Amino acid sequence: MNGVMRAATAVILVLVMAAAGVHGAQPQPPQEEFVPIDELPPGDQMPAAPLLIAAYAIVWAVVFGYLWSIWRRLSTVEREMQELARRADAGEQDS
Amino acid sequence: MICMMQSQRMFAALSVAGLVMFAAAPLLIAQAPYESTMGLIQKIFYFHVPGWIVMFLAVFIAGIASAIHLFRNRPAADRLALAAAELAVVFGLIGLVTGPLWAIKAWGVWWQWEPRLTMSLILELTMCAYLLLRRYGGPGSDKLAAGVAIFAMANVPFVYLSVNIWRTIHPATSVVPQLAGSAPGMFGPFVWCAVAFLVLFTAMMAARTRLEAQRAHVERLHLALEER
Repeated sequence: MNGVMRAATAVILVLVMAAAGVHGAQPQPPQEEFVPIDELPPGDQMPAAPLLIAAYAIVWAVVFGYLWSIWRRLSTVEREMQELARRADAGEQDS
Repeated sequence: MICMMQSQRMFAALSVAGLVMFAAAPLLIAQAPYESTMGLIQKIFYFHVPGWIVMFLAVFIAGIASAIHLFRNRPAADRLALAAAELAVVFGLIGLVTGPLWAIKAWGVWWQWEPRLTMSLILELTMCAYLLLRRYGGPGSDKLAAGVAIFAMANVPFVYLSVNIWRTIHPATSVVPQLAGSAPGMFGPFVWCAVAFLVLFTAMMAARTRLEAQRAHVERLHLALEER
């Protein structure tokens, strides 16, 4: 839970900081005439493949990261349960 | 013990099925036809839309379970709501990250403060608020958080319909329902990805709910030991 909370807090902070930057970058001069894509400045000719790969990689990372987080937390709780059961057994034997 | 082993097997089977479907998805997506105006970047849609479908489903589960906990005082419903809220944040994050990666190519900007995007961000932040309340709210925070989850659930129809109600640059809700007729080659991979996300979501929900049930059991064991 702690890890997820830290991640959620980090997400909020990043979103807040990104919002400020994005807000500043919003107004753009309108394009007044048709410009063929191969005549655009190099900065505007963004290739799609790296963005697509980044999107899929992030989805995979989030899914596996979350599955690992659940598995780790379940292991911790199960260890605690075993420890408590052992203490309960030891208490019964003493009494 | 037998019940625990059965649930562990179910979690393992669902996880494996979901991950296999997830691993096979790029092969199907690669064979899907290109959208005529957006080209390659449109293929983000196969993970982006199912991510939001699952997020909305998780928010609905969290909202309904929270209402049951609030009005009927059922701890099991509260555990279900907490599990669903956490998953809503996870899948909402997937939607919020993949969307701008598509938008920078399709729209030329990472983000636009238009109704669909803004309301989606508010929904994600509301679910983050739910988790923060549960973690740091102290005694009684479960009831307070339940109210937040109900408001988040009420927000979902507005997020979904925002593209039809307000003027927006985001694609309309008619794209997916018409996909089977307008682009059958895209419909198959889309359904595959949606089912993969739903199977993974079910596995994660089962495991996350079980984690909360075990935490409640540990608390009871602690109390029983202290009373001796």
